[in-house]
Amino acid sequence: MATRQTRTLARLMMAPSVILLFIWMIVPLAMTLWFSFQNYNLLNPANVSFAGLFNYKFFITDPAFIQSIWNTLVIVVGVLLITVIGGIALALLLDQPIFGQGIVRILIISPFFVMPPVAALVWKNMIMHPGYGVLADINKFFGLRPVDWFAQYPLLSIIIIVAWQWLPFATLIVLTALQSLDEEQKEAAEMDGANFVNRFWYLTLPHLARAITVVILIQTIFLLGVYAEILVTTNGGPGYATTNLAFLIYRTALLGYDIGGASAGGVIAVILANIVAIFLMRAVGRNLDK
Amino acid sequence: MKLTTLFLGLCGASALAFAAHAETITIATVNNGDMIRMQKLTDDFKAKNPDIDLQWVTLEENVLRERVTTDIATKGGQYDVMTIGTYEVPIWAKQGWLLPLDKLGADYDTADIIPAIAGGLSADGKLYAAPFYGESSFVMYRKDLMEKAGLTMPDAPTWEFIGEAARKMTDRANDINGVCLRGKAGWGENMAFLTATANSFGARWFDEKWQPQFDQPEWKNALDFYVKLMTDAGPQGASSNGFNENLALFQQGKCGMWIDATVAASFVSDPKASTVADKVGYALAPDNGLGKRGNWLWAWSLGIPAGTQKAEAAQKFVAWATSKGYLDLVASKEGWANVPPGTRTSLYNNAEYQKAAPFAKMTLDSINAADPTKPTVKPVPYVGVQFVAIPEFQGLGTTVGQLFSAALAGQMSVDDALAQAQQVSVREMTKAGYIK
Amino acid sequence: MARKVSTQRKWVATIAAWAIAFVIFFPILYTIITSFKTESEAIAGISLIPSGTLENYFEVQSQRDYFKPFMNSVVISVGSTLIALLIAIPSAWSMAFSPTKRTKDVLMWMLSTKMMPAVGVLVPMYLLFRDTGLLDTRLGLTIVLTLINLPIVIWMLYTYFREIPGEILEAARMDGASLFNEIVYVLTPMAVPGIASTLLLNIILAWNEAFWSIRLSAANAAPLTAFIASFSSPQGLFWAKLSAASTLAIAPILIMGWFSQRQLVRGLTFGAVK
Repeated sequence: MATRQTRTLARLMMAPSVILLFIWMIVPLAMTLWFSFQNYNLLNPANVSFAGLFNYKFFITDPAFIQSIWNTLVIVVGVLLITVIGGIALALLLDQPIFGQGIVRILIISPFFVMPPVAALVWKNMIMHPGYGVLADINKFFGLRPVDWFAQYPLLSIIIIVAWQWLPFATLIVLTALQSLDEEQKEAAEMDGANFVNRFWYLTLPHLARAITVVILIQTIFLLGVYAEILVTTNGGPGYATTNLAFLIYRTALLGYDIGGASAGGVIAVILANIVAIFLMRAVGRNLDK
Repeated sequence: MKLTTLFLGLCGASALAFAAHAETITIATVNNGDMIRMQKLTDDFKAKNPDIDLQWVTLEENVLRERVTTDIATKGGQYDVMTIGTYEVPIWAKQGWLLPLDKLGADYDTADIIPAIAGGLSADGKLYAAPFYGESSFVMYRKDLMEKAGLTMPDAPTWEFIGEAARKMTDRANDINGVCLRGKAGWGENMAFLTATANSFGARWFDEKWQPQFDQPEWKNALDFYVKLMTDAGPQGASSNGFNENLALFQQGKCGMWIDATVAASFVSDPKASTVADKVGYALAPDNGLGKRGNWLWAWSLGIPAGTQKAEAAQKFVAWATSKGYLDLVASKEGWANVPPGTRTSLYNNAEYQKAAPFAKMTLDSINAADPTKPTVKPVPYVGVQFVAIPEFQGLGTTVGQLFSAALAGQMSVDDALAQAQQVSVREMTKAGYIK
Repeated sequence: MARKVSTQRKWVATIAAWAIAFVIFFPILYTIITSFKTESEAIAGISLIPSGTLENYFEVQSQRDYFKPFMNSVVISVGSTLIALLIAIPSAWSMAFSPTKRTKDVLMWMLSTKMMPAVGVLVPMYLLFRDTGLLDTRLGLTIVLTLINLPIVIWMLYTYFREIPGEILEAARMDGASLFNEIVYVLTPMAVPGIASTLLLNIILAWNEAFWSIRLSAANAAPLTAFIASFSSPQGLFWAKLSAASTLAIAPILIMGWFSQRQLVRGLTFGAVK
């Protein structure tokens, strides 16, 4: 259907973005690969030498490594579950005619406007702190002992904070898709006597498939790299309970200044992220073709 | 000598070149109250040096450390003056990244700098950073609660006394915890406190051959004591509390005792912010009779990166900000209580300062009780009281801090935490080439 | 909107929505409230009524000028988003309307350029920026943010463009419209809502980017993220001041959101198309 001419033109139009992103990918990647084979501590630049695969071996045998991968996945899956399910629910709710719709919308999407380190600080100290946080005050009001969130449920606390930041994004994308759903189709289904559950399952959800896929893919990329929230709240502790891959790399790069080790960690993270991405594409990618 | 001459020549040349315009120096600084105050007082510096403009980059401690370390190690040249601590100075000086401060002026009086602090900022007898503000740690306690418990705090308590007092002062029903201590994982968080404490228990990070010492009984005693004390008498949420969280608790009257930075004294005794301002007493950090106390030593200091093109102007600024005259300037504008503490002996001989800051003597005694060059009971190959001044320490200290905070949170036994700490330390130190 | 909705149902939905909105917005609301408290009030336990002091705002402004980092934030986030859109629109167009077997892989690959953990490449990037003289320049930060957000921009535009029925374009083509006319007169008007919401979302993402914007800037190009970093976690009590600084940093984007939320949410409602 498309002529040869438009096809060539289409390739040309893609070129700038592809070339730029290629450079943006290949330059840091090449530098990282190069450094990953070096013994290079930033604070000891006189001692640079070839390290072979030692940095990789060292990173993989880190006592926190296995748990950090597990924690990374738990954070991604946990936040995705909350944001996708919550996002769909909120989008359905916001799609209803309600009083003050505009205000409600802006209130719900506003967590997206808060910078991650600030969000983490606010949650840690003003909301979750067992001594003077709001949740502790609520517990005390009901005569309960305040929950020590970051000691008792460290990973869950991180997930809650991150999910709070990403819920608006999911809601927004799903809501946008929801509003392009054909009114006539909806009405027809309603008249056929389909109940809410059936309508949602057979009409709405399939329509939202692509939007949900986009939410999952984009969020996964961001969630694999969560570390600012961890740094501000728990510093990866207690133990390794909240150490994820990104935090482990942070520790190596900006606390240890071990550039070789951090680069090896970066390469490993890229490989793992790609495995996750391939898996995701298999699982949800076909929704994009529709 | 030759290099210095050449260097001075270059400075002279650049000074000539820029004589017409004002020269702008960029200063990276930490966002604590004393540094903020300095930024507001720079009119005085401008009046004395009309040809130098100042530009500030103010950041919180962790971000600042990342930024300046990356910049100086890669010779990025973004800053002409950097605010650094006693941890960085020995490491950077060894790399030749800092200019020795030998042009601070005739009336600067280097000998007036408190010896313990000057020692921490010097290498090979040369001063590489000028202290702007110095601190140690000590015990702050509630006089009223101590009295209620029927005890008297000695000027130099033992850990045994602290343990007893903390348990007696604890009153869970009224939300009063006997003692508040740091628990949040991090080399500058719980590990600052625990390393200093371990020193007083006779423990050390490494022996003379850089072999980690977490498998030794001294560490076990120290960590055991800490975890039991915090379980019996510490606040809820201790494993994520740092300086600020404990400060908030103490100011609200929820702590009987708090062992932390001496600078906290000016916050807890400030009636505008603290509900217990008139009830606070001070004592030296505790010991176990082994000859070392559990207090640390830290100084935020101004250093000049070796690569700067504006060394002369930078040195002029450093001299101004850390001079006796600056202390007088702050005193005249904001009162003696707001003078940056812990840098000059003359300040502590000043009767007006002693009157304005009731904790002055205890602060000076605490600073003098810390010796970064001989921090531990047994000999060690490193300098630093609450840290080990090697490049690997930030990462390693944070990992060990994570393990110890898990022990505090009850997710791991003390023995497991120590065993794992030993394992990761051996690993890191072997990688870095200390253990052959 | 022919659907008839009972008032009762509308009220139930309204109450539920407001309750949830309150819970979600609460941390921000509390931050704003705290910014009007004194420091000792801020840690004295829950209270929704501040003493109304403006001291924190004066204190924040006297410590650090707000205007310069604000302008930097505006220039960097708007600039990077506009450039990203310029590059992304043709690209997303060709992927949506002239797809090949490889399109999906190319899309995925683009997203995968974001997988490199930023902390792992900080030092290589810093060296690169030092050598090109881009350290602490608005241009440098704009370039980085453009490249960081480009994959997201392409993805969002791609999804929006996919919603536009291809038949309309083909019809236009049959009528003899040139490719240029097709894009300008047929595609663009239909895609405007999608482009608008992509634009807004990416300004927000760029506004909040807190890793590179702090690490690659010093005195001149530092945006509001660095402004915030100069108020968080000093020694001493800082809740009220940090809250005031945060409120100042969030406010512009929140206000922009207020005025544009209809575009932000509407995205795709191609009334005419359907």
